[in-house]
Amino acid sequence: MEKIIDCRNITKSYANGSVEPTQVLKGITFSVARGEFVAIMGPSGSGKSTLMHILGALDTPTSGDYFLDGKNVAGLSEDELADVRMEKIGFVFQSFNLLPRTTVLRNVALPLIYAGISKEQRVKIAEKALRDSAFPEAAWQYHSNQISGGMMQRVAIARSLVNDPAMILADEPTGNLDSKTGDVVLHTFQALNADHGKTIVLITHEQYVAEHADRIIHILDGNIVKDEKNPHKLVARNEKNIAP
Amino acid sequence: MKFNDLIEEVYNAITVNKVRSGLTMLGIVIGIASVIAMVAIGQGTQATVQANIQSLGANLLMVMPGAARSFGTSVSAGFGSAETLTPDDATALAALPNVAAVAPEISGRYQAVYGSENTNTTVMGTVPAYLQVRNVQVDQGSFFTATDVTNSNRVAVIGPNVLSELFATPTNASPTPDMAIGKNILIKGNIFTVIGVTVAKGGSGFASQDNNIYVPLTAAQHYLVGSMGYVSEIDIEVQAEQAMSTVEQAATSLLLERHGISDPTQADFNIVNQADIVSAVSATTGTFTTLLASIAAISLLVGGIGIMNMMLTTVTERTREIGLRKAIGAKERDITLQFLGESLALTFSGGVLGVLLGWGIALGMAYFASTATQVSLGSVILAFGVSALIGIAFGYYPARRAAKMNPIEALRYE
Repeated sequence: MEKIIDCRNITKSYANGSVEPTQVLKGITFSVARGEFVAIMGPSGSGKSTLMHILGALDTPTSGDYFLDGKNVAGLSEDELADVRMEKIGFVFQSFNLLPRTTVLRNVALPLIYAGISKEQRVKIAEKALRDSAFPEAAWQYHSNQISGGMMQRVAIARSLVNDPAMILADEPTGNLDSKTGDVVLHTFQALNADHGKTIVLITHEQYVAEHADRIIHILDGNIVKDEKNPHKLVARNEKNIAP
Repeated sequence: MKFNDLIEEVYNAITVNKVRSGLTMLGIVIGIASVIAMVAIGQGTQATVQANIQSLGANLLMVMPGAARSFGTSVSAGFGSAETLTPDDATALAALPNVAAVAPEISGRYQAVYGSENTNTTVMGTVPAYLQVRNVQVDQGSFFTATDVTNSNRVAVIGPNVLSELFATPTNASPTPDMAIGKNILIKGNIFTVIGVTVAKGGSGFASQDNNIYVPLTAAQHYLVGSMGYVSEIDIEVQAEQAMSTVEQAATSLLLERHGISDPTQADFNIVNQADIVSAVSATTGTFTTLLASIAAISLLVGGIGIMNMMLTTVTERTREIGLRKAIGAKERDITLQFLGESLALTFSGGVLGVLLGWGIALGMAYFASTATQVSLGSVILAFGVSALIGIAFGYYPARRAAKMNPIEALRYE
């Protein structure tokens, strides 16, 4: 099966002024196939954030190779990394990171500006992404600060879809939401994975959230300690009555 | 990132915080407006002063007597006191090439009396050519003729100020010229008949021609000065501006020869070129304009620092937005352009409003305060250029700071 993520013995160290640099990742090797829904789990300080930054091409590994959709990302320049992020990755952050006082539609279309896509195209693609992430059409013209947290995260999910990425990288996507709203967001991910075949990598420290994925990778102290198929996958309920 | 998308992003970012953008822009608006208005006032004043000097007569050379020196001593009795210029000098000067007209003058301050009213004013003995040389026009009646000069007729043409001084009555404070024409006035005890009144020229102080009484040269010499031998000034009107210096040199050598002086430094006369006065006055008003403009430029600089301050605040405030933009594919260049674009948009629109406001102030000054103002294209272009430059200079540092941000740290920023 085609590998979207192929990490080979990735390490990451930070020089912190002392003699020995701190090694945060100590040789991570794993791969993710197209269409998989993977959760990466670990307590804080385990190195999962650092791994997420490398997987998201926000940072480069100290050593080792990282092939994203067949392209080696290790050792690329800042601008080349920006291109990789634009073409291959859709980000969903814990704190949504929407532009304030800007309409939902504009927020979703934002990444396409940097891809140089024309305005009419941008609107079309953004509308499709909003439909795919089940965002109610009535609220498309709302400003991002007029909608609830759950809706904000769905705007962020729609935004992650517009560049048709090789994978969606979600960093604690339910961390700022109550459990009910969190379920709606998880349902959206499961639907995107099941119905649209999107590859999803979900970073979390919550067992409950991780159990919505097909496969769970456990990280501890910079190493993968467990990598197994999720034996009892949870299916998120979709509460329709979420206020916009 | 396409150009029109950049414009849209910039527009969006500025309108999201209208009050702050507006206040920041106000700094530039005030700076530009004051530069435009100050320069307009300075240049307007300069133009007015120059026009006033020009109204004294076009292409004018004034020959004044030098300081009187007694033979064998170096005691100077003061500039203009010598009685060295004669009516014959004037006749000789009139024969020089490129000379349009020559008017010898003899003037002094005398008491003029009509009925119970009297005034002490300048009485100018001259010839009809004075009208042309000194750009004087007669409102009603007529100026005296060459015949009046030849015959030493006691006729007088009075300025409008003299008219109101002498002919005002308790019932009529602003007499009309026809109330004076034909009447006899006494100047230094001699009867002169008023035959005309000149057009008001404005101007103020001693130099105003509106205070003058004009009489024939010979009549002034005969009845007022008591000597036919000298004149106090000879005015020469040159045909064309380009010939001014040629005529000045020719007049100098002619007078030196006529007065029998071989060393030009010992000349007993001075020739004042009107162009010299204009350029001296222009230099003064130019300094004045520069002074006003530099004070205004300081406020423009302060406005620019305001822009930089706001941009730095904005960059800090929007750290996470910058992180997000970088995460979704914005390159350093895109971020730099966006923030530079925002500061440029602020200064540019501030510049447009500032030019309009400054223009308005200049028009207002001209209308309400009757201060002459002149908005020049040069100052408008300069103001625009400076505001664009401020946008780039004060926007570049914050923009680079935004572009250099690490996306990971920017996204984590609280």
